[in-house]
Amino acid sequence: MTPTIAPDGAEASTLVDLEVVDATLREALRAGGEWAELFAEDRTSTGVLFDEGRVEEMNSGRDRGVGIRVTSGEVTGYAHTSDMTPEGLADAARTAAAVATRSQVGGTVDMESFRGSGTAVPGVEVLPESVGADAKVALLRAADDAARSTHEAITQVTARYGDSRRRILVANTNGVCAADDQVRTLFSVSCVASGDGGLQTGRETVGYTVGWELFDDYDPAELAQRAAHRAVTKLAARPAPSGEVPVVIARGGGGVLFHEACGHGLEADLVRKGASVFRDRVGTQVAAEGVTLVDDGTMGPEWGALRIDDEGHPTQRNVLISDGVLTDYMWDWLRSRDDGRAPSGNGRRQSYTHLPMVRMTNTFVTNGDLDPDDIIADTPWGVYVAHLGGGQVNTATGDFVFGMTEAYLIEDGEITEPLREGNLIGNGPQVLLDIDAIGNDFAMGHPGTCGKDGQGVPVGDGQPTLRVRALTVGGTAA
Amino acid sequence: MSERRQYDTDELAQMAQQVCERAAGREQIEVCVSTGRSTTVRAYNGEVESLRSGVTAAIGVRVLEDGRQGFASAGSLDPDVVSDTLEAARRNVAFGESDPHQRLAEPDGVEPPGLDLGDPSVLSIPDADKIAAAIDLERRCLDADPRISGVRVSAWSDGWSQSALASSTGICVQTSTGSCSIGAQPLATGGDETQIGYAGDAARRPDELDVDRVVTESTALATGQLGATKPPSERLTVVLAPSVAAAFISVVASVLAADSVLKGRSPFADRVGSQIADERLNLIDDPTDPATLGAANFDGEGLAARRNALISAGVLGGFLHNAYTARRSNTSSTGSAVRGTRSVPAVGIHAPVVGTGDTDNDMLNASIGNGVLVRGVSGLHSGVNPTSGDFSVGAWGHRIAGGELAEPFREATIASTLQRMLLGICGIGATAEPLAGGRSMPPLVVDDVALSGV
Repeated sequence: MTPTIAPDGAEASTLVDLEVVDATLREALRAGGEWAELFAEDRTSTGVLFDEGRVEEMNSGRDRGVGIRVTSGEVTGYAHTSDMTPEGLADAARTAAAVATRSQVGGTVDMESFRGSGTAVPGVEVLPESVGADAKVALLRAADDAARSTHEAITQVTARYGDSRRRILVANTNGVCAADDQVRTLFSVSCVASGDGGLQTGRETVGYTVGWELFDDYDPAELAQRAAHRAVTKLAARPAPSGEVPVVIARGGGGVLFHEACGHGLEADLVRKGASVFRDRVGTQVAAEGVTLVDDGTMGPEWGALRIDDEGHPTQRNVLISDGVLTDYMWDWLRSRDDGRAPSGNGRRQSYTHLPMVRMTNTFVTNGDLDPDDIIADTPWGVYVAHLGGGQVNTATGDFVFGMTEAYLIEDGEITEPLREGNLIGNGPQVLLDIDAIGNDFAMGHPGTCGKDGQGVPVGDGQPTLRVRALTVGGTAA
Repeated sequence: MSERRQYDTDELAQMAQQVCERAAGREQIEVCVSTGRSTTVRAYNGEVESLRSGVTAAIGVRVLEDGRQGFASAGSLDPDVVSDTLEAARRNVAFGESDPHQRLAEPDGVEPPGLDLGDPSVLSIPDADKIAAAIDLERRCLDADPRISGVRVSAWSDGWSQSALASSTGICVQTSTGSCSIGAQPLATGGDETQIGYAGDAARRPDELDVDRVVTESTALATGQLGATKPPSERLTVVLAPSVAAAFISVVASVLAADSVLKGRSPFADRVGSQIADERLNLIDDPTDPATLGAANFDGEGLAARRNALISAGVLGGFLHNAYTARRSNTSSTGSAVRGTRSVPAVGIHAPVVGTGDTDNDMLNASIGNGVLVRGVSGLHSGVNPTSGDFSVGAWGHRIAGGELAEPFREATIASTLQRMLLGICGIGATAEPLAGGRSMPPLVVDDVALSGV
């Protein structure tokens, strides 16, 4: 296998000729905008689905297009097209500007040289596109074999491989002009175990902003065995309790709680519209002492890492809650403009057909100083959550739910029986205050996709082992 | 450049057929091509906040050879992209593995319902009217109740899409569809508490949108939650409001898809002909009713869309099939292939319809005495395991005490299994109430559900 040159913004910078970028932005201003932005994207992806012991699907996809955003005052116009000719872009610029013409014409085009392409995200060693499909299939077959030979109760195995490469170019009339080349590689395996108590599932996923070298660090067969064990263990699971119980969350297993419980409420677009419980709370104690929450887009090679956001601004490490005190929200360009401050590198979009908005990147709680074993030993009765699944939050109230995909009972300070799946429900602001123990064993969790207003973007999350004094477990046991 | 020209569906069909004609040897080719245009307007504080519009084009090519499948897709219909996509699909075939059932759908002689779904009126709505609709919706929500303090989102969207699907087995169909929708998320404030509501509607024509219902429902959901508290944990009877019943039924429908059954991932495998639900329950998939946005002339493989009875008087009648699952199960496709241009056909329901029951909707609360009315659920994607049937979702709504609607509750979950919930249905409203997209659903009553709160 030949190593490939690490991608940077160089190739992406040629997505649209800079003279055409300049002409398109000028056209947008001429048509009535105060400010204009061009976002060009070229995305390729590969996916292999291995199911029932064979390759069921091998897919490849390609998308290219441009979105033009024009603002005047509080009004935003947006037009997207897959026609990347100068005429096509000029058409889109006029369409985007049409809604903005009620305001005065103003603004200038003043593009500086490229920025971005920083060093935050480590380079990719082997581009997945340079690796043959046979190698990708072999990896999935190894996972399938390993899972099936783990235990006779394993009746189904699904393994997936996916990679994507996304080249973006962003330029605006404030002089931002940046490009990036984003590579992600993902592997997941899901097993079904069948027993007297019905069917149970177990899953493992790894994904990073790296290339094929992902598999130097992770062995698909080992991941598959772990997923298989998880499914088999759950065959003996008893119903989860119902009601408020102390919950200990394993390191890296529950960062999604903080993503849902407070991350969304700290997005400036929601705060600005009064749709967040955290509005007007900066400088106040919103979490227990010792709780520090960070959103860090520079944290390569985690799943949510980016050199620049989708508005061309460098990502950064943003401390949102420091020792329990709310320090800041997350910002995109539009919301930071209105507040007269710098963006925080959180303006993201799913694709060129979407408007950017405030989004998280890698969101996590930092280490405390307790030994994780002591936290469990110090819990007479409760639930130990090894892995949480997806979740959802009502940002206006802070009420959230998320699924427990692997959980156990804690009895007399020890982890005992496995529990069946159920949802946890709680209230974000309350949970932050109810954290009463934080371990010193920080880890990031599984790669995730965060959905907001119909757009999905890759995100990461993490935390050390920690305990929440009381959360409602939505089980069926009395 | 081809993106700059407009295609009509005949031209799309011709383009798809031309690619299929390149099939060589034992190769089978299926091509789906589509174009679309869409606009979304959001209003805030009485002004347009954003107007987004765009055109898209896409092609998906599936190549099968000796039971192996390859697929590729792209977001352009440029001739060179079309050729590249075919070649990419062919390359992918080489890595597929043979499955004798994996062949394209063959024409089955079933006549499509012949619905006229392509009402072009959405194409002629001026942007100014779309903006006015979003602003008006926001104002009406604000005026609906003094406790409404703002509207997080007030939006209008419309879209028009044309597509054609052709295959080397002789299928060639084309479709034009238009739709428009509105949605509002009003905020209700009382003291230092804020609650959010949501409602929306979608239709083929703007004059079919029920703005009154969207305003009434979204604001009532927000104000109704003010003062809500966490309920005690107990097992009780729940009334599922029509929108919640619809969400529950869509989960049930997903486990009646034959692909999950064949792969041993459905709790209802081997249950055809058995009682899987209370005898009050009748569930059909009816894409032939043009009143709903789920209506279709063809499925995702170009076969006629058709009516399928899934559960009759509580007895499981059968599963939903596409060509592949049907061949593997030695039966016929039920016309239930669902897909986008950019993905291979899966199996799914088009337009679920639940038969009404015999309890007056207004009498449902009285009929149970004590319990809860669930007006909203959250975490459906994470809280339901379609393989095991375990069901645990966030829930909010009102308590029912002495047969009357009582105080609101929130921050709770309802949990059971899909299997038990279907058998536990103990009442169905006599009237199906309107939902977004021309659908309607009666409220459902389910007994012995675990409510978790304090």
